[in-house]
Amino acid sequence: MARYEVYVTYKQGIFDPPGATAERALANLGYEGIESVKIGKYIQIEADAGLETVREMCERLLANPVIEDYRIVTEGEA
Amino acid sequence: MRLGVVLFPGSNCEQDVVHAAHELGIGAEYVWHGDTDLAGFDALVLPGGFSYGDYIRCGAVARFSPVMSEVVRFAERGGPVMGICNGFQILTEAHLLPGALLRNTGLKFICHPQPLRAERSVCEWVNLPEGTVVDIPVNHNEGNYYCDVDTLERLNANGQVVLRYCEPDGSRAPGGSAPNGALDDIAGICNERGNVFGLMPHPERAVDPLVGTTDGRPFFTTVMARLAEVAG
Repeated sequence: MARYEVYVTYKQGIFDPPGATAERALANLGYEGIESVKIGKYIQIEADAGLETVREMCERLLANPVIEDYRIVTEGEA
Repeated sequence: MRLGVVLFPGSNCEQDVVHAAHELGIGAEYVWHGDTDLAGFDALVLPGGFSYGDYIRCGAVARFSPVMSEVVRFAERGGPVMGICNGFQILTEAHLLPGALLRNTGLKFICHPQPLRAERSVCEWVNLPEGTVVDIPVNHNEGNYYCDVDTLERLNANGQVVLRYCEPDGSRAPGGSAPNGALDDIAGICNERGNVFGLMPHPERAVDPLVGTTDGRPFFTTVMARLAEVAG
């Protein structure tokens, strides 16, 4: 059994309303120097599957390649 | 002529669509998401709602329902398919329409009557003169249409932009008239062939005079009249 962590985020240039709101809220709390805040999804997968298969899962279902990028981190044996 | 209204777990506008169709004298029946037989249907509507709880992304799970491979085949054969709201999201996820629907820029669920202008398009579902303003409700959280620059250029060049959000007089505000941040004020698009149509507003809620506007009627009658004509 392998363990994967998948991060799904909006592609560069796509407006992320929750991220922009968090960015403003942090500035309102007095935090200075915030360049940008992006909010995405974090997915944990435990499966008897190889990296190629997990990549396919991302392409087909977990991310929408039209608007999102994904990054897979292999966590090793579960 | 028979209209199939595809019912996914979490759809919630299917009754409105069937009611609207019956109001207009169009035979309409539900098609369950697990069904794989679309025989006997002349046109299909994917209604609004929250299919599969909108989990992962709106429409992302619904697009893999058993019925959807048949919907794709139906569309590829030239069958008319209209996706309303969540149905539009499902059609983009299924790649029957380009682009995607993002979260509304204001982070607010919007629900109000909305002026829309008809554009000159190849859409089989809409035959309104260019610039006609219709008043049809919107009701969504993820209606912010997005596509890349090349796609937008193609949509405009091919007459695939069917409806745009506008001001009550039909003009477009300099900063955009979309209540959800949609690119180029786009409210509805169709595929190149014109048979697959997706829109965020709800024409089925603008059919019965009881609700104050009947501007949604042509969105159902136009395609049906066209089909009847073809059938002779």
